[in-house]
Amino acid sequence: MSLAETKSEKVAGWNRPPVVEPDGEGELLEVAMGPHHPSTHGVFRMDVALDGERVIRLKPVFGYLHRNHEKIAEGASYLASMPYTDRLDYFCSLTNNWAYALAVEKLSGQEVPERAEYIRVILAELTRIQNHASTIGFLLQEMGASGTPLMYAFREREKILDLFESLTGSRMMCNYMRFGGCRVDVSTAWLDATRKVVAGLPGFIDEFEALLTANEILMARCQGVGILKPDLAVNAGISGPMLRGSGVNYDIRKVDHYGIYDRFKFRVPLGDHGDIYDRYMVRVLEMRESIIILDQALRDIPAGPIMDPKAKIRGFRPKPGEAYGRIEAPKGELGFYLISDGGPNPYRYRVRPPSLINLTVLEDMCLGQNVADVVLIFGSVDIVLGEVDR
Amino acid sequence: MDQQLKIELGKQGVFVTTIEELYNWGRRSSVWPMQFGLACCAIEMIATTMARYDMARFGAEVFRPSPRQADLMIVSGTVTKKMAPQVVRLYNQMAEPRYVIAMGACAISGGPFKQGYNVLKGIDRYIPVDVHIPGCPPRPEALLQAFITLQKKIDGQHLTGEDRPRFLDPNAQGEFSVPDQGEHDLEPTSNTGVWPVPITIR
Repeated sequence: MSLAETKSEKVAGWNRPPVVEPDGEGELLEVAMGPHHPSTHGVFRMDVALDGERVIRLKPVFGYLHRNHEKIAEGASYLASMPYTDRLDYFCSLTNNWAYALAVEKLSGQEVPERAEYIRVILAELTRIQNHASTIGFLLQEMGASGTPLMYAFREREKILDLFESLTGSRMMCNYMRFGGCRVDVSTAWLDATRKVVAGLPGFIDEFEALLTANEILMARCQGVGILKPDLAVNAGISGPMLRGSGVNYDIRKVDHYGIYDRFKFRVPLGDHGDIYDRYMVRVLEMRESIIILDQALRDIPAGPIMDPKAKIRGFRPKPGEAYGRIEAPKGELGFYLISDGGPNPYRYRVRPPSLINLTVLEDMCLGQNVADVVLIFGSVDIVLGEVDR
Repeated sequence: MDQQLKIELGKQGVFVTTIEELYNWGRRSSVWPMQFGLACCAIEMIATTMARYDMARFGAEVFRPSPRQADLMIVSGTVTKKMAPQVVRLYNQMAEPRYVIAMGACAISGGPFKQGYNVLKGIDRYIPVDVHIPGCPPRPEALLQAFITLQKKIDGQHLTGEDRPRFLDPNAQGEFSVPDQGEHDLEPTSNTGVWPVPITIR
């Protein structure tokens, strides 16, 4: 048997021609990583074909957590879908709430009072900080730093979750935003507690960075691994810290000016090489920028109502039409597309999840890398399976 | 044995116990859970192992990635019909003595997603569950409470007799049938040996 025949046999049945050619005559080893694999952030399977240690093909298999969120939402009233959005990306329930509320507000043309906008910004930025801290913790956990960075991240996360709990009544599934405002008003005591937590955050990030940023092992494992080119990132529709890690200046907070983000002064951190280290660094710097936004928002928050007085809770029926509301969620562009036929429930309800779309370039980043790096590249994408499969 | 007598002997420097108590003490103090997260509840499970709630106090800090090394399976989250066969298979691969905690509304009954087409309506249809914790997701304290309940259950098991643990019963079922993907639903829809189909009385 000639080598050419072996190669064509090997690639028979692949979903696309191989980018990295297998060398030698040895057989490819097919490994199914997942659905129960400690590094897959839940239930996700990667069918990897290996030539020695090198990844020749990677086929993601989704659907182990498909909970028919969209179909349930089409049968429920607009407000009844709000608790379900918490369970999409269960790290950042408040930003999910916001994206959905924004889409419905666009559909029905509701205004949001100023105080409610400030509360939304404060909660979204707190969510971003706890999400990025946990993501870095999990990334390091997968690198083999068992526990310590994750412990640091979760110590800080618990403080933020305490704030969420005292405001909304739940640690993770907050169900807080409403169409045209927020559910309950924040108290002065809550704002003081938040100021205290935010004042402690720069110290935490300094500590975290002292532990990690110049760490030799982290640099050796991350630099130059899992490179995502800017043109591929743009063509594949990647968003969030992954896109900015590749050096593309695109932040929906700056592009869309949704909410009141044009009132705050903050910068958008950009990466240079598009490798795992850049994505890590962009997340750290974004946490610092979030603290700057939080300081401004906590200083300027005005008094006033938190709900649009014209907002209708019962019998809410927006006029026929369609709307797409999107925000810069911690993982990327989170959008909700709604079509209304004038009834009490949406005719079509579609989620544009950042996790799923950021995952589409996983194979391109992993080809030719070692199999141990696949775990790291996967961790640096920052996905949550509830959002991938919905 | 008589507790009063035991305390009295303890004051004299004599430690008296039974094999059963010693055996159960050893078993309940080192229950190793499987590192196995399904959905939202897995995050609360991780939070339970972290510094604030610190599950290590109960001897359960070592999460094992392999089912062969684990004693406890925490079904933390929604079990979909695509995932259910793997969950049963993982349970079959665990060595006795093995225990199951169904964490959260989804693992108990399907929870908020019960009306959907793709969610299993409770993992206890296929494998025996020792402790159920409700909540969406349950707080870390609730998981600790479930864990303490499980420890009490292990403490109450006898080496002989009717309430002996399953692995000491030669007639007990070891392997549980793994469901298949049928045309519309999982086949069979439940393991009748574990979960008798309830009869609706109208």
